[in-house]
Amino acid sequence: MNRRVVITGMGAVSPIGIGVEAFWNNLLAGKCGIDRITRFDPSNIRSSLAAEVKDFDPEKYQSAKDASHTDRSAQFALAAAIEAVEQSKVVGTVDPYRAAVYFGTGIGGFETTELNCRKLVEKGARRVSPFFVPMMIANMPSGTIAIHFGFCGQAIPAVTACASGSHAIGEATRAIRHGYADVVVTGGCEAPIVEVGLAGFNAMKALATTDNPSEASLPFDKRRGGFVPAEGAGALVLEEYERAVSRGATIYGEVVGYGTTCDAYHMTAPKADGSGAGKAVSLALEEANWKAGERVYVNAHGTGTTLNDLAETRALKLAFGEEEARKLLVSSTKSMTGHMLGAAGAIEAIVCAKALQENVVPPTINLLEPDPECDLDYVPNVKREASVDLAISNSFGFGGHNACVAIRRCV
Amino acid sequence: MDAFQLVTRGLAKRLGLDPEGIGAEDDLKMLGIDSLDAAELLMELEDKLGIEIEETGQIRTVGDIVAAIDEATN
Repeated sequence: MNRRVVITGMGAVSPIGIGVEAFWNNLLAGKCGIDRITRFDPSNIRSSLAAEVKDFDPEKYQSAKDASHTDRSAQFALAAAIEAVEQSKVVGTVDPYRAAVYFGTGIGGFETTELNCRKLVEKGARRVSPFFVPMMIANMPSGTIAIHFGFCGQAIPAVTACASGSHAIGEATRAIRHGYADVVVTGGCEAPIVEVGLAGFNAMKALATTDNPSEASLPFDKRRGGFVPAEGAGALVLEEYERAVSRGATIYGEVVGYGTTCDAYHMTAPKADGSGAGKAVSLALEEANWKAGERVYVNAHGTGTTLNDLAETRALKLAFGEEEARKLLVSSTKSMTGHMLGAAGAIEAIVCAKALQENVVPPTINLLEPDPECDLDYVPNVKREASVDLAISNSFGFGGHNACVAIRRCV
Repeated sequence: MDAFQLVTRGLAKRLGLDPEGIGAEDDLKMLGIDSLDAAELLMELEDKLGIEIEETGQIRTVGDIVAAIDEATN
């Protein structure tokens, strides 16, 4: 079975806006969501910046009691899923056992874990919450979404660090393509702005250490020195093409390809030659039936770490060939959103769908001093009007997990 | 505030109800309080009152929680 898979709903909770329209408009305007951390006092940590979701009220989406028993990461997941599912109008049209949830998170309930570890140390074992385990486990965003909508098909998380969102979308696509589900709510979420989390990333020297928000997330710029952690969620409703058409659903794009590999090389460093990532891109392009000469937008992983941006540039040259790679429009929206980790691939797949839909590509902001070794067209600083034929979203996670999702307009 | 009031307030906060509407005979499950909610509430009450509640009997009703507190404080 090889069925077509289309997008019939999208939802976003991001550091530059809640809701897809707000997020997208701010992205095109080049708005930066990075600022000094407010979730905790960052004075003990070298990196004082993050991209936090502002003005998020979980009780808009859940009862006060349920919200108090849901980790912030799963609260974001549910909010994004509700926007996507409402837009799709799919509820009531599908056998609940044919409706699945594939939702990623890189970490799980980080805030819940930190809070309960503090309780254990400060007050003893009797003060660890009975909700600690169910709120912390990494499958709970999927479970929470399934419970909310009564979707009884498989509910499975992808947990591949910063590639989680892309893996969730890719695996959801395969589930529909090969007949295991008709509708899937998919995407990714993360809420990592907690002291122990940032202390850990900081110890790895993975984070940007400046105090200046406009000099922090610098993908493909030679001044880059690490990523800026961010939080939020992205959700998509994927649906089998024939059923979407027959029920008159609005279609926002078609997922036409998915490639995934593992570097099998190092815990955190990408393979410097970009071969593992390049192979994932090649596999997605092959499935998407890409032909040389087609105009392609790449939403880069583009974290702003020294190693990633170089390896990713090499990966794109390997997958497209040097000549075609130079024609690509590549942008890292992490320059505006920061690195949303397990949510990144999901929010960036939404960017790809919107770019195809509206014939405009968001920029890589703060790109003032290009790295000579990163020598592709990264759409610096200002959005670009462009009618692209194909959009791909790259995500690479610690552990060497590589994923690439390819999207076209549905025709 | 006596133990009964503390319990009904704790429940009301979770359920978004008026504490006056909650009675000693009310079944926790029927109110929408599951075993995890009940365990969390007991923990909160232990903290507030500086006691340790031993769960000897089964806690089924609002009155059962009040009785467990009374036992721990006496």
